[in-house]
Amino acid sequence: MSESSILPNGWQLVVGLEVHVELATKTKMFSASANRFGDEPNTNIDPVTLGLPGALPVLNKHAIELAMRIGLALNCKIQPCTFHRKNYFYPDLPKAYQITQYDHPLNVDGYLMLPGDVRIGIERAHLEEDTGKSTHFGGSSGRIHGSDYSLLDYNRAGVPLVEIVSRPDIRTSEQARQYVAELRAILLAVGASDAKMEEGSMRCDVNVSVHKPGTPFGTRCEIKNVNSIRSVGRAIDYEARRQVDLIEGGGVVRQETRHWDDASGRTETLRTKEDADDYRYFLEPDLVPLAPEQSWIDRVRLALPPLPAARREMLAELCGVDKNGESAIVVVERGQDDYVRDVVANGGDPRRSIVYVQQAFAELGPKPKVPAKDLAALTILERDAKVTSTQAKTLLTDLIEAGGGDVAAMATKRGFEALDTSALEAMVDAAIAAEPGAWKKYCDGEEKALGALVGAIMKASKGKADGKAVTALLQKKAKA
Amino acid sequence: MKKLVEIVAAVGGGSLTATSVLEEHLDRIKAREGEIHAFNLVTAEQARTDAAKIDADIKAGKSAGPLAGVPIALKDNMCTRGIETTCSSKILQGWKPPYDATVVGKLRAAGAVVVGKTNLDEFAMGSSTENSAFGPTKNPLDVSRVPGGSSGGSAAAVSAGFAAASLGSDTGGSIRQPAALCGVVGVKPTYGTVSRYGLVAFASSLDQIGPFTQDVRDAATLLEVIAGHDPLDSTSIPQPAASLVSVLDHGVKGMRIGRVTDLPEGCEPDVLARLEAAFDAMRDAGATIVDVKLPSLQYCLTAYYLIAPAEASSNLARYDGVRYGNRVDAPDLNAMYAATRESGFGEEVKRRIMLGTYALSAGYFDAYYGKALKVRRLIADDFASAYAKVDAILTPTSPSVAFKFGSKTDNPLAMYLCDVFTIPTNLAGHPAMSVPFGLGADSMPVGIQVLATTLGEQSMFKVAAELERAS
Repeated sequence: MSESSILPNGWQLVVGLEVHVELATKTKMFSASANRFGDEPNTNIDPVTLGLPGALPVLNKHAIELAMRIGLALNCKIQPCTFHRKNYFYPDLPKAYQITQYDHPLNVDGYLMLPGDVRIGIERAHLEEDTGKSTHFGGSSGRIHGSDYSLLDYNRAGVPLVEIVSRPDIRTSEQARQYVAELRAILLAVGASDAKMEEGSMRCDVNVSVHKPGTPFGTRCEIKNVNSIRSVGRAIDYEARRQVDLIEGGGVVRQETRHWDDASGRTETLRTKEDADDYRYFLEPDLVPLAPEQSWIDRVRLALPPLPAARREMLAELCGVDKNGESAIVVVERGQDDYVRDVVANGGDPRRSIVYVQQAFAELGPKPKVPAKDLAALTILERDAKVTSTQAKTLLTDLIEAGGGDVAAMATKRGFEALDTSALEAMVDAAIAAEPGAWKKYCDGEEKALGALVGAIMKASKGKADGKAVTALLQKKAKA
Repeated sequence: MKKLVEIVAAVGGGSLTATSVLEEHLDRIKAREGEIHAFNLVTAEQARTDAAKIDADIKAGKSAGPLAGVPIALKDNMCTRGIETTCSSKILQGWKPPYDATVVGKLRAAGAVVVGKTNLDEFAMGSSTENSAFGPTKNPLDVSRVPGGSSGGSAAAVSAGFAAASLGSDTGGSIRQPAALCGVVGVKPTYGTVSRYGLVAFASSLDQIGPFTQDVRDAATLLEVIAGHDPLDSTSIPQPAASLVSVLDHGVKGMRIGRVTDLPEGCEPDVLARLEAAFDAMRDAGATIVDVKLPSLQYCLTAYYLIAPAEASSNLARYDGVRYGNRVDAPDLNAMYAATRESGFGEEVKRRIMLGTYALSAGYFDAYYGKALKVRRLIADDFASAYAKVDAILTPTSPSVAFKFGSKTDNPLAMYLCDVFTIPTNLAGHPAMSVPFGLGADSMPVGIQVLATTLGEQSMFKVAAELERAS
């Protein structure tokens, strides 16, 4: 738990998250236009996307399937559902209504487990369509009000979205960060979305309130424009303190939507409840109710890959690392856990295998070119002290550059030959003789003195000595 | 004037060319369109090109389509690629869709020749075509009278012989009522029978495209072509078009035909007299007349004028001046929206947008829209009970014959009452059609409405054909 999320005077933070994710479909939610990020503006459009008169929506079956994957991965119930129109005027909303799900969403009543067995309820995960993108020019705010002109790109309009609404079960900003990270890992694992917060394919709205335990929840504020996992934590911490300060100063929290400004680290009022739109929801008459047959749901469930939590646990057990530690999280997120298992199966040292992959394989994707047996061989060279850890890192770079190879031969080529124990011992004794002052200080418990001794030995060995082995030897001799 | 089936036979058989048939119709347009104003746009040149192509294909031995050489007019709320589609509204004036409505594609594929886009009440909201931003259409049978609406231009085009047939759209009676007032046949098929893709939406859960023709056989022929499942319309019924022409000569012997004993009041005596004559004719043809009650009928008009405007308020929100259609510039976004919509929409459209917005608003939804949906279920239940006893129902199509221009324009409620007999079938999603059955006051035609249950088109057409034989 981060320090900043602890509120003074017994105040308790209450957070719920609404996360929008763009689905990784080939085409849009209701038409055959491409769903692709980064194309020239207004190239992925058609009569349906533009809401031209007479155009009608047709549901994308793949979008439904991806939404069901999300629901099943979040332990939701999948139910017969309907679509509604949410009516409001804005230039990037071509029909002046968004097709979304209202009182009968596809996925309901699920949960997501955070590290430490913290269960966060999922109220619903429903399907809807994205809007286009407005860019405002001139004026100071970057918003439409006060701008000179605005440009509209409808490539994003009609892109399928799933909105995942958590229950207000989150109690710290750290939990909120973990929730978003875990949700992202799940979305990637089930192939539902590329979940790139920086490209907007995953977007968080954060509902924050504070109360004293045992009393009803406080009035909540919804924070928008939170575009990274780090911002989630910062925005919550700021907003919680703002609310506590406001209440303790005799004020009241107004229900409102607030805008997170990442640069200033503050939230500011976007609109209050009073000027909220009346969306005039009603059943979308251009679509019929959707009731996925049980056989379809079962097929999707059976095809679900193992989820990140289970994969981390399996991997952590295999490699002897913490299941909630960085190496397990990172390797599973990159989808490299199968590869690590393969390295271990080829005789690799388990802990070194996962750490090497975590540290050096960031760009190599789920199926690195380096043969598992070669990486396994390198971990063994290091484990058996045939090379030092510094040398192993160099060899790892060589191995990745070459795309594999005989690591023993590579070590020889580099002139990496491990010193045998007697040679090392001789060097250590020589160093003690050459630096008696330092040796005495070290024996008296002055750890800093160790540096001079190790440095002398490394110099004498021309870098071939293993720093760890040298230190261990010096410790042994000092205690003797 | 040649019937649709006669043209198909003659053009397909080589005794007439599509071009000569077209020119005959263009001549009539030239002679009377200035007086009638059935069209927003006559596409004569494109039609000549299309007709010539059909003639060339037939000459080259290609098989003629089921509508080969038939001149057809389209209500100007159906999208035609590259051809202006206005909904008789200033807000869409000049807009050329980049695509064809599904029905338009089907017509072209069947060999029909589109002669133009017909006038309507703006966005299909009205019962007289007086709400068109481009001026009213006159009734070809008496130009001092309205042709009905909203598909008044399509009805007048067939009545005046400008086209052998036309398509309209029917949300609360917009095909059947003008058909009755102009003395032609008009059909609103079962909801979901004809694709709505490319029909500019008024009230999506009620809108349905259907044919206007000179007789029942032509209507059955045309409907067979335009009906059928369309994957681009999610509300389209996933089954092929029903066979209709094949049942026209079956007669009504043994059929049970319903007489509604609790019809709403306000129907003119001349119209009621024709309804009685229709029942007599059915009895004479061997049908049994059975009394049925539809107690919820009295609430339908009110429910309709909540549901249709509610959907319209949402469907018409896209006309905001941002992407297409007309824009009135203003200093900021909201002012631009307001100025564009203020100048682009007519009074009746604004009235319905206001009504619908109100009905859907927080705090009013349950009392208005919610209650209207309940009426919708009730009338469906009433019809279900009735159709357990009968195969079809007869009512008047319109409470009166065609009325004079201006007689209802100052009183929206009086205008809304024109649809009292036609609205219930839209709420239920059922098919209904209007068949000319003699004359009423001032020797103007009276239409009798034939109603049937969902996908009951075959029963409906049997009765309609019998009515036509008896008229």
